[in-house]
Amino acid sequence: MRIIAIVKRVLREMVRDKRTLALMFLAPLLILTLMYFLFQNNATNVATIGVSRVDSQLVTALKNSHTQIKSYDAQATARTQIRRDNLAAFIHQQDGRLTVIYQNSQPSDTALVRQALQGARTKLKVQALVAATKTQRQALQRQTKVLKTLLQQRPQAGQTVRTPAKSAAVTAPDYTVTSHYLYGSADSTFFDTFLPILLGFFVFFFVFLISGISLLNERTTGTLTRLLATPIRRGEIIAGYLVGYGLFAIVQTVLTVAFALTVFKVHMLGSVAVILLINFLLAMVALSLGIFISTFANSEFQMMQFIPLLIVPQIFFSGLIAVDQMPTWLQGLAHIFPLYYGGQALMDVATRGVGLGAVAGDLWILVLFAVVFTVLNVVGLKRYRRV
Amino acid sequence: MATLMIDVRDVAKRFGTNVVLKRVSLQLPAGKILGLIGPSGAGKTTLVKAVLGMESVDAGTTQVLGTTMPNRAIMQRIGYMAQSDALYTRLTARENLRFFGELLGLRGQHLTAAIAHAAQVVNLTADLDRRITAYSGGMKRRLSLAIALLHDPDLLILDEPTVGIDPELRQQIWAELDQLRDQGKAILVTTHVMGEAERCDDLMLIRGGVALAQGTPATLKHDHGVSTIEQVFLKAGRMQDADHRDR
Repeated sequence: MRIIAIVKRVLREMVRDKRTLALMFLAPLLILTLMYFLFQNNATNVATIGVSRVDSQLVTALKNSHTQIKSYDAQATARTQIRRDNLAAFIHQQDGRLTVIYQNSQPSDTALVRQALQGARTKLKVQALVAATKTQRQALQRQTKVLKTLLQQRPQAGQTVRTPAKSAAVTAPDYTVTSHYLYGSADSTFFDTFLPILLGFFVFFFVFLISGISLLNERTTGTLTRLLATPIRRGEIIAGYLVGYGLFAIVQTVLTVAFALTVFKVHMLGSVAVILLINFLLAMVALSLGIFISTFANSEFQMMQFIPLLIVPQIFFSGLIAVDQMPTWLQGLAHIFPLYYGGQALMDVATRGVGLGAVAGDLWILVLFAVVFTVLNVVGLKRYRRV
Repeated sequence: MATLMIDVRDVAKRFGTNVVLKRVSLQLPAGKILGLIGPSGAGKTTLVKAVLGMESVDAGTTQVLGTTMPNRAIMQRIGYMAQSDALYTRLTARENLRFFGELLGLRGQHLTAAIAHAAQVVNLTADLDRRITAYSGGMKRRLSLAIALLHDPDLLILDEPTVGIDPELRQQIWAELDQLRDQGKAILVTTHVMGEAERCDDLMLIRGGVALAQGTPATLKHDHGVSTIEQVFLKAGRMQDADHRDR
């Protein structure tokens, strides 16, 4: 069979090219490892806050595990101190007014300071409230005592005065909070949530690049013309490519998913088989898209130019940014990107644990993408030979 | 008259505004070597591709073995060697031969024997298991020729087959071509080496997309009153230019 001859050749060429092989198999693992550590360390962020003439009560209240306080004298100017000591924010008090200047080059630090400040103000208010109630209670008790003695002195009145109930004392309501997570657990990180999408993206990106460039090479070196000077069918060439690179895509997907599951112990609620199936379909779309796009490129460099046009936008619509919170026209645009469907299906299976049936719609759309591009590829080869 | 292996009639082709072929006709019977000679850019490769059916033509017809091209079944009976060495450089010569052999439907013992024979003709037997990346330009040319010969085709179409091949091996290859011709095969060769033109049975001079002259080397020399094909070519070219000026 001619398809088998093409598949064998694709595999053999690929195995000979050690560097490309390493890129396809090891690069995703490397990037995943990097991201794993990047997003794990998120929790230990500490923002330094500079304070000047701020009430000591407030300063104490500002302290928590995410903040560090540095005191300055009254003459300190915010701008200079922030730059010199790399402060996240500088708080200055004048009478009852607090002025906060944020560095704001790290939005996450700014958010930490805002949170701490908000928390501190609430804490102080509650303390003040508690203190106020306490003094009121004491006053009340004193009055009661006085009243009692007065009544004892005049027993003929025959009336008893009820002492105010002890329960009237204000105690801050103390709630115990038990949290349950529908998906994932308390230590779910950004990494856990988005890993499935990242897996899909890597598969898509690397398969697109490698299949596109290898078919481009066939065009530029003339081997494609040479192939078409044999009795081979156009469909057989494309099918050979799909099968050959499809096999590599399967190995790559299995390797990446296995790595994520065993090394990082990522939680996946749904079935791993379905995850693999989605990734495989994504790879088929990338494969046929790569071959199709290579028609419009005359060199590897021109092939690279399609990455910002076709690959990067897919990240935005893959689910890393919530698509349903985008403006309507962007939501519409999302529907033309294969990774929108792939990402959605991967998220549903991995973090919501739904079965194959629930993502079937997305999968059929991926199949449709692959079929459309494959047909276009077979037709596109007519440029070289009309039959 | 033997059956026509190639029958091209009044073929015209243009790429945009650039006219590459103007009403060219070409007939090649079995048992003949036809040399297509002309400077680079004359339209030789376009004509060859039109014969193979890999280039659509704007006018005229191309038939191979009595069938209008392109036709996949006829492809099986043509051995084609492209102008550029279309080889898979990461594979060895044997793997390249095997791959194309499989596409042409050869298998098993038959394929092994065909590879051995083709490699021997182009003198690559000792280098069959080396990767193409280690091959010289001449070796690649020879391997391309071996691929064209692999399935013992009835018609050979060779686009500049002997570029970069040393004289001794060139002689050897021409001897093989003569032998194939004697077996009744038809061979279409493009070249711009005038010495090779002398070895063809028939010649077609092509320049600027126009067939200037056609005939056996001896007739052409006689008709133009010169002693070499090179002179025929120069003379015909001058006549073409003069003709253009007169218009």
